[in-house]
Amino acid sequence: MEREAGPGGARRALGRLVEAVLANRGKANAVFDILAVLQSEDREEIQEAVRACSRLFGALLARGELFVGQLPSEEMVMAGSRGATRKYRVWMRHRYHSCCNRLGELLARSSFQVKELALSTLMKFVQLEGEHPLEKPKWEGNYLFPHQLFKSVVGGLLSADEDHSLLLCQFREYLEHDDIRYHTMQAAADTVARATDGRPEVPLTFWNNAFTLLSSVSLPRQERAPSSFYVKHAELSDKWKVVHLREHRKAFQQMWLRFLKHQLPLRICKKVLVITHDSILPHLAQPSLMIDFLARACDLGGAVSLLALNGLFILIHKHNLEYPDFYRKLYGLLDPSVFHVKYRARFFHLADLFLSSSHLPAYLVAAFTKRLARLALTAPPEALLTVLPFICNLLRRHPACRVLVHRPRGPELDADPYDPREEDPAQSRALESSLWELQALQRHYHPEVSKAASAVNQALSEAEVSIAPLLELTAFQIFERELEKKGPEPVPLEFIPAHGLLGRRADLCAQHFTLS
Amino acid sequence: MGKARSAGARGRAPGAPAGARGGRARPSANPFEVKVNRQKFQVLGRRTRHDVGLPGVSRARALQKRTQTLLKEYKERDKSNVFRDKRFGEYNSNISPEEKMMKRFALEQQRQHEKKSIYNLNEDEELTHYGQSLADIEKHNDIVDSDSDAEDRGVLSAELTAAHFGGGGGLLHKKTSQQQGEEGEQPKSRRELIEELIAKSKQEKRERQSQREDALELTEKLDQDWKEIQTLLARKTPKSESRGGKEKPKPDAYDMMVRELGFEMKAQPSNRMKTEEELAQEEQERLEGLEAERLRRMLGKEEDEHIKRPKHTSADDLSDGFVLDKDDRRLLSYKDGKMNVEEEPSGEASSSESEEEEGKGSSAGDPEESDGPDGPSGLESDVESKDESERTQEERRPNAGERSTADDRETARAELPYTFAAPESYEELKSLLSGRSMEEQLLVVERIQKCNHPSLAVGNKAKLEKLFGFLLEYVGDLATSDPPDLGGINKLVVQLYNLCQMFPEAASSAVKFVLRDAMHDMEGMVETTGRAAFPGLDVLIYLKIAGILFPTSDFWHPVVTPALLCLSQLLTKCPVQSLQDVVKGLFVCCVFLDYVSLSQRFIPELINFLVGILYIATPNKQSQVPSVCFDCSSDDDGVKSCSLPGSLEQAFSGLWAGGLKAQTETEANHTRLSCLAVCLALVRRCVTAYGTLPSFHDIVRPLRALLTEHLAARSCPPELQELSRSILTEMEKQPKYYRPLVCEKSKPVPLKLFTPRLVKVLEFGKKQGCTKEEQERKRLIHKHKREFKGAVREIRKDNQFLARMQLSEIMERDAERKRKVKQLFNSLATQEGEWKALKRKKFKK
Repeated sequence: MEREAGPGGARRALGRLVEAVLANRGKANAVFDILAVLQSEDREEIQEAVRACSRLFGALLARGELFVGQLPSEEMVMAGSRGATRKYRVWMRHRYHSCCNRLGELLARSSFQVKELALSTLMKFVQLEGEHPLEKPKWEGNYLFPHQLFKSVVGGLLSADEDHSLLLCQFREYLEHDDIRYHTMQAAADTVARATDGRPEVPLTFWNNAFTLLSSVSLPRQERAPSSFYVKHAELSDKWKVVHLREHRKAFQQMWLRFLKHQLPLRICKKVLVITHDSILPHLAQPSLMIDFLARACDLGGAVSLLALNGLFILIHKHNLEYPDFYRKLYGLLDPSVFHVKYRARFFHLADLFLSSSHLPAYLVAAFTKRLARLALTAPPEALLTVLPFICNLLRRHPACRVLVHRPRGPELDADPYDPREEDPAQSRALESSLWELQALQRHYHPEVSKAASAVNQALSEAEVSIAPLLELTAFQIFERELEKKGPEPVPLEFIPAHGLLGRRADLCAQHFTLS
Repeated sequence: MGKARSAGARGRAPGAPAGARGGRARPSANPFEVKVNRQKFQVLGRRTRHDVGLPGVSRARALQKRTQTLLKEYKERDKSNVFRDKRFGEYNSNISPEEKMMKRFALEQQRQHEKKSIYNLNEDEELTHYGQSLADIEKHNDIVDSDSDAEDRGVLSAELTAAHFGGGGGLLHKKTSQQQGEEGEQPKSRRELIEELIAKSKQEKRERQSQREDALELTEKLDQDWKEIQTLLARKTPKSESRGGKEKPKPDAYDMMVRELGFEMKAQPSNRMKTEEELAQEEQERLEGLEAERLRRMLGKEEDEHIKRPKHTSADDLSDGFVLDKDDRRLLSYKDGKMNVEEEPSGEASSSESEEEEGKGSSAGDPEESDGPDGPSGLESDVESKDESERTQEERRPNAGERSTADDRETARAELPYTFAAPESYEELKSLLSGRSMEEQLLVVERIQKCNHPSLAVGNKAKLEKLFGFLLEYVGDLATSDPPDLGGINKLVVQLYNLCQMFPEAASSAVKFVLRDAMHDMEGMVETTGRAAFPGLDVLIYLKIAGILFPTSDFWHPVVTPALLCLSQLLTKCPVQSLQDVVKGLFVCCVFLDYVSLSQRFIPELINFLVGILYIATPNKQSQVPSVCFDCSSDDDGVKSCSLPGSLEQAFSGLWAGGLKAQTETEANHTRLSCLAVCLALVRRCVTAYGTLPSFHDIVRPLRALLTEHLAARSCPPELQELSRSILTEMEKQPKYYRPLVCEKSKPVPLKLFTPRLVKVLEFGKKQGCTKEEQERKRLIHKHKREFKGAVREIRKDNQFLARMQLSEIMERDAERKRKVKQLFNSLATQEGEWKALKRKKFKK
């Protein structure tokens, strides 16, 4: 085949070849030329070749010119003396296979346009193959799906070498279809399960890809007649697994459990936990199976354990799970850093949720309250503005804990009975203590904090204060708010006249710093 | 119809009781007509309005009114033509009756005038006099118009009386003789007589007038004569002088002296001079007052109290900072025979005042800075500024021609102009100040301030307010320059303080603006990178200046509270990455503690930061210190204490941003130790400040752990060890009492009681216990209901009346018909009878 210059020329040449092959079986050998171009390094050429292949094999599949059934090896057929048509078909099917393999390779590593094109071509093949199955149905109404081909597609998507997030975004469109979703889940479960086979270290990209794919699978909330099938079927049989949401759920659960079975990197773990409560747990056939993963995550500490606690809470709350150390773990999470981390808002939102029950024992709530108050001694004002109403809310919810702020005729102590190092809230003796920390915070420099802390001086009102608007408060917002505030008209002025930058004698700055 | 009449009916309704009342007043009311509404029981204080009624009277009145209006309408119901009253303004209530009459009269006249058509030649205008037709007067022509001659009123001449009354002895003869004489020409006796009389009286009148004129002329002449004589008699009377008004005699020296003395202020009794102690006491009282004010604000109790003004301000005060503290009234004096009116530059008082302030400011200069070159220069500038201000004063005087007092220093500074326009932009200010020495810059700023004092011109206030912002910016520039000009800032602070005292609002908004800028930058950095670097020296200086300008102990202050938040942000968001950061952080801590030095407020961030610094400084970090919330990302460059036993100075210089550039290892170590020392000093300060806080020991627990570790390591110089040991003992000394918390007793909620609630009845007949609007509403509803009922009743009565009328009409008609029928029958009967009689007659015949 003579090469013509330029992509346009290549396209025309390939087009001619495709026409020739489709028109005349005698010219079938031209397929090799096309496949040769597919091996090329040049991006433009590859794209042209992929398009040509798509047209060629698409037409062949539609015409049913490929061998159907268990594929015998090429040599055997060629050697054998069966009919020429059969030989042609088997031969062509072999070419189709090599084409698919090449496309799968392209999917794994090449430029994005080529990948995109390869993906769409493969999906087109999947669709056509589903409609014109290449295997014989074993019985009447047998559900046939190109499992092999589709598995290779998914395997290509879950590459360990490159980040496929963009491609996976494209793939998400196909996941709208019920059958594709089902088979994706199956294929992904297989691929993920075999991820660590023979590899000591799995690269982060694989986990990223896998997570992206897994998280983009979203099941419908309730059972409905599966309507959107990617592979068009004349009629849907009730016996097919793919039709039932229950089966989907099973596949979904299997996929996630196989994924979470591995020792995931911390970042992936966090990402999974973030979506656990609203996109994973509701769709699982048996949510309590997540307990292993959640318990493991819970022991990691920090933000991860907080998120895990969220999942656990849902399991306990909705699925009747027994998890005795839940509040102890939550108690353990309360350390000084809690006020300084980024997920502070989420933490307090969840803590509010966990402690919202009015049936919690008083010792537990008292321990939490006391701990929070103790931690508030090191908190910045924006956190204090959240945590002080939070403490007040706890006291409102649990009247038994009001002794913390109101203990008439209590004995005068010479030390705080509360033990901050005790990990078990039951042993912390918080109920014997009082919230002296709040009294200290009444002397805070920020007027609003001081006011919030003074709220415990009076008997608390009945209605709780919603802390939701306070959660996202940042220091900068507080600063802006203070600037906006209008005060009494004449701005009070310093009456001691200034003598310079380090003017006053009693000034600390003047004691420790000089100008030079 | 009913609707239209209902208003009229309402008008009638109150008329009835009025009539009743009138009836009660009249003793002649028929007792059988009076209906008494019996009251079941008496209520004290209730006004009874309808105790008696006169049903018969009111019914008759109503009937009469109906016959006048309704019946008329009813009778004219099928008539299409109406009488229309076309009298002018008959139905116009805007015109008063007099006006109406006038207008009608004018119209009538006009109509008559117009009517004078060519065909009606005879018609003449009827002339009247005092509303009476002249023709009538002609008829009884004996009326003498005595009023026409106003001047003769009351004067009775003989003829007149004779003519009128026909009396008078002597005259009677004359008259009779006259009568007799005129008897000959008898025909027009009376008329002629009267004419004669009139002519005579007229003549008399003319005579009298001429007489009076003569008399007047004579008096005038006499007056003039008298005047001439008078000038001869007394030459100098003020009256004549004023009248003459010729020329002013020159005031001689004596007169001037006398007048001057007269005008001179009498020495008024003044307060006696105050002794030193009294002055001190007064000052102390003033400070105490201000301190009390500050305390009140610190406790944040100002919500309910009324806001006291810091000082007395008069109603005429323009709040421009101008204080009249000298009696600058001038004595009236003469000079060269003219009154000496001096134009006084009004800025003098204020400039001298600010001069005083300036003098105070620099003379009480910081002892700390005396080692630098600033000390002497400060004094110098002080002296000079006095000179300069005097000169500016003088210069502004229009004709103070020569200034011979120029000495050499002045000539050295001669290139500085004396007046400056207030800069309109920061660049302008910068161009004014650039290239000058610090003293000159100060001078320039001071002069700008003086030349544009708000009392001098209208726009100056805004100008100076802007100047504050520019100066602040300039300070920031000075701080960021390399090396930072701290001496200059130090001086400018005084100016800023003075300006701030004058314009608190503008100053606060300027400082706020600067702070917002700084925080905005930091926020941007935090959002992008998650952390921020310590800001430059300018921000730190701004924060310090904010603390100088405004009272830092207030519970809430529009500037100081944001500044506090800003400081807190600096301590929490900025990780310590180098020794320089440590120094900056410690400075921030110092400023922070200065802010709360009076109010002793609690700052968690500060404790955190100090713990962090101490933690970095710990020699071997095996500590079990709970993870501090403190970002120390570079341990290697931290404040490692080293074994250098260098001399420890409490005050260390050169810590500013520029000062840390090239350091030898020894110097670095020295700095580190100094940092540690400062840190320990701050810890000590915190311990003393927060010792009384209820959970003090929980607050300082991490500090204590670190300090004991420090002590155990024994790597610090002995002074530092001593310091930390003393801090530890002080911590131990703080009381450890934990009194259980008790809520404040809230007011008990009163129980529900069953005794009736007693409400004072303020006015009877009024709905009680609701707001004014509610009352009004109820009143209107009630009124509407009453009116509605009344209208319905009236309509019903109207209908009854009409029905009665119709019935009577029908009855009348029927009676008529019956009568006619009867008449017919009658006549027929008589006819029949006659006929029968005739027949019988015939029959008889």
